[in-house]
Amino acid sequence: MSTETPLIGNFHAAPATTPLGGARIGVVTFPGTLDDRDAARAIRLGGGTAVPLWHGDESLQGVDAVVLPGGFSYGDYLRAGAIARFAPLMSRIIDAATASSGTRLPVLGICNGFQMLTESHLLPGSMVKNEHLKFLCKDQVLQVENTSTAWTSQFTPDELIAIPLKNQDGQYLADANTLEALEAEGRVVFRYVGENPNGSRNGIAGISNETGNVVGLMPHPEHAVEAGYGPDDATGMRNGTDGLTIFTSVIASLAGSAQ
Amino acid sequence: MTDKEFNIDTVEQASTTPDTDLPWAELGLKSDEYDRIVEILGRRPTAAELAMYSVMWSEHCSYKSSKVHLRQFGEKVTEEMKKDLMVGIGENAGVTNLGDGWAVTFKIESHNHPSYVEPYQGAATGVGGIVRDIISMGARPVAVMDPLRFGAIDHPDTLRVLPGVVSGIGGYGNSLGLPNIGGEVVFDSVYQDNPLVNALAVGVMRHEDIRLANASGVGNKVVLFGARTGGDGIGGASVLASESFDDSKPSKRPAVQVGDPFAEKVLIECCLELFHAELVEGIQDLGAAGISCATSELASNGEGGMHVELQNVLLRDPTLTPGEILMSESQERMMAVVTPENAAEFERVMAKWEVEYSWLGEVTDTGRLIIEWDGETIVDVDPRTVAHDGPVYERPYHRPAGQDALQADTFRFSEAGKDLPQTGQELGGALVELMTSPNMADVSWITDQFDRFVGGNTALSQPDDSGVIRVDEETGLGVALATDANARYAYLDPYTGAQLALAESYRNVATTGAIPMAVSDCLNFGSPEDPEVMWQFAEAVRGLADGCQQLGIPVTGGNVSLYNQTAGRAIHPTPVVGVLGKFDDVGRRTPSGYERWADGQAIYLLGVTADELDGSEFARGRGHLGGMPPAVDLEAEKKLGEILINASRDGMIDAAHDLSEGGLAAGLAEMSLRFGVGARVAVDGLCERDRVDPFTALFSESQARALVALPRSEELRFTDMTTARGFAALRIGIVDATSGDLEVAGPFDGGSFTIGIDELREAWSAVIPSRFASLSEATEAVRQEK
Repeated sequence: MSTETPLIGNFHAAPATTPLGGARIGVVTFPGTLDDRDAARAIRLGGGTAVPLWHGDESLQGVDAVVLPGGFSYGDYLRAGAIARFAPLMSRIIDAATASSGTRLPVLGICNGFQMLTESHLLPGSMVKNEHLKFLCKDQVLQVENTSTAWTSQFTPDELIAIPLKNQDGQYLADANTLEALEAEGRVVFRYVGENPNGSRNGIAGISNETGNVVGLMPHPEHAVEAGYGPDDATGMRNGTDGLTIFTSVIASLAGSAQ
Repeated sequence: MTDKEFNIDTVEQASTTPDTDLPWAELGLKSDEYDRIVEILGRRPTAAELAMYSVMWSEHCSYKSSKVHLRQFGEKVTEEMKKDLMVGIGENAGVTNLGDGWAVTFKIESHNHPSYVEPYQGAATGVGGIVRDIISMGARPVAVMDPLRFGAIDHPDTLRVLPGVVSGIGGYGNSLGLPNIGGEVVFDSVYQDNPLVNALAVGVMRHEDIRLANASGVGNKVVLFGARTGGDGIGGASVLASESFDDSKPSKRPAVQVGDPFAEKVLIECCLELFHAELVEGIQDLGAAGISCATSELASNGEGGMHVELQNVLLRDPTLTPGEILMSESQERMMAVVTPENAAEFERVMAKWEVEYSWLGEVTDTGRLIIEWDGETIVDVDPRTVAHDGPVYERPYHRPAGQDALQADTFRFSEAGKDLPQTGQELGGALVELMTSPNMADVSWITDQFDRFVGGNTALSQPDDSGVIRVDEETGLGVALATDANARYAYLDPYTGAQLALAESYRNVATTGAIPMAVSDCLNFGSPEDPEVMWQFAEAVRGLADGCQQLGIPVTGGNVSLYNQTAGRAIHPTPVVGVLGKFDDVGRRTPSGYERWADGQAIYLLGVTADELDGSEFARGRGHLGGMPPAVDLEAEKKLGEILINASRDGMIDAAHDLSEGGLAAGLAEMSLRFGVGARVAVDGLCERDRVDPFTALFSESQARALVALPRSEELRFTDMTTARGFAALRIGIVDATSGDLEVAGPFDGGSFTIGIDELREAWSAVIPSRFASLSEATEAVRQEK
């Protein structure tokens, strides 16, 4: 089989090694996860090694970071991310991301992954149905407002990036105190530019925890990593690769912390 | 009839009580069909057998009215056309060789009637059903498309149906992780009370992974897995799909199935793991007619026999009778044949994905399908008589009485054809009016509710001419897909209309640069019992089969949807044709508009324009439908296709768009709207060369035409190619990325007209949301509340 992220069978069966792939980044698959292959591809294109992880496992297999990819885990039944949050592997991830000693595990939650992070209280606030009540798929411009997190260090401050947005429950909600704290502490990592696509409070598209190792965002950086398959940009149709910087950032920060 | 009475209607009892009345008429069987069942069995059927025959012999499952015509798809296939065909018509979906060890399977199906009764679930389960067909071939589904047809945009019921259908397709398809890469949206009052919701799915596999629906290997075990069996969709196949809606009958609402996309997503991954580990010998999805269909088809395609213990079926509703269990169309279920040695490993995969399963029985070589319920035999039939020997009708057909008058009523000589736009101002106004009519308007309000990115392999999607999916990440090997139908053309002349649908779909695939390879069709027609409708059907099938033969691409599968009529009024014949094309490298796909960096590129019109306004979008705008559809010239389509494919492969062109509904005017507007880049065009040369007036040049719908944009440096090479092939090519303008306008000059009063692209976009993109946005929000809110 020649394709690198196999379409056939289970990508978990694929060898998890990439030449020069120093950083090993886990991609967790839950029942109903959709963008796991895409996240694995983004990690590979960013220069890392994607390590497939299964929600029901107990071991993080020594990965250096974890991506919780998008999708509809458990069909979004009950509430998006609410059931996935109780997966055995999520407990390991929560422990590793909040470890009181040593390096805290970098965790990125994309879309449904972001919803899991709020459900598991690694990030504050919660997500409800888009204000307009429809699933919305579009190219979305974001402003990167915090470049000190593990996942955004290679962006320039206030850089404008375009990555796809596609979700049904993307409206970020938090109480006034939380919003104030997020703003004051610079933990709003990504903000929607232009029309607010889903009614999120303060136009918030993504946030981080206090220590910057856990980041969640609704839009999909893993869909903007390869020219020809991403959003439109100035150089042409579907040429946008702004999302790749998220993955190169964490790989660079892992290389830095390993020294 | 109570459960208990039903349960004890055994084969033994049937033999001893020949005079028991059975509700065969209520189950949709005709008296001669019932007599035939009695003849086959040599006794009256049991209640469970009657349930099986009634669903499997329904129009929907047996193709009894269409079979005699559909044979042409096989008869008119040449050996040359079959060279890439790995699995042909008759299986769940046809399979075409893509090369490099890859194969592709695709199919279109209809879910029209359920989508009218319950738009959300009808459309959702339409996606689910076609996706399971693709899985059961051993393929990973990689994309879906939806050709949709609704009643008039301003009809109140369209407000109910469209938002429900769109959110149903999105709600189900988005949850499966399948990019929605295109389709059609058509509004026409003929679809009032009878919307057409067709769904296409495409999947890819390695050659060695192809799976077929047969129960081979005596002693192998039969297993049912996925969702539990419930009371939804019972009788759906025979009752819903095969009878037209009529107010005099009781509501059929409960017969629509309810979908669970999460269960389907898990089923996809679980099946692919089963295939990868080679754990199944044969597999069949459960769609229309549920277990009746799966057991009889698996058995008759394999060793010929099967023994089933029906009480082992896991139920959602424990009160279901055996007959209901056999007929239930509960979604997200699969049936597989597994060797005893693989059973434990099969169970391990089920446990991993938390999928429920039950072992139902085993494959036999008795030639009988025996179904037992608590040790008593309730079905004992030759499975072939259920699955393959259904009735075949030679329905009478004749040319409709009004067809000659209809074809004589040409647009030019009609009242509607008077006072045509002539001056620059009138022509410009007509173009804006055309582009803001419901059928030409921007459909992104609909398609933005579908995920087009998931998978990371979407190279083109709506609004480009076809959807393009990469199959192999290393080589860029991929496929293009388009679906088309113009029911107005087909109404005027079904034979030509079907060929025009094929031609447009073929052209759309070639326009993006892919080599057309295979066809799948979804034939939506009225009642076959109406000889005039049957004539439309017969003509359309004949036209499509002849057309495929001429283009050299085979029909690999498809679906027939009849009885699309309400209160005696049939829809226009709507033969939806899907064409699949192949790319060696999807990286060279051609988009349908000029990008900003293409400033100054030359715009060429390929093909010849004649006075062909009958059935056109312009005529629709004036409420006229009559005359003859545009002439079809499949040799010209092939030549045009070769030019577009070669130009893409050799990197000569940067944009291409086919001309179809709305003609040159629509083509120019759409190319500019694609990326918001203007153009300066003059039609003087076209009017002179083709001897047409400016109005005809802009609005005629002559076929085998396309627009391309190319750098000046490629013009010579490109025109050398068109000249060598003897294909008309005319430079009609240049891309203008600075003005933001589409300017069209020509031999008319005023000399030219100018349309601001931004203003046009605003009006063009407001048409659909202005009608549906607020209402669908209200509907959705109510749905969520519930």
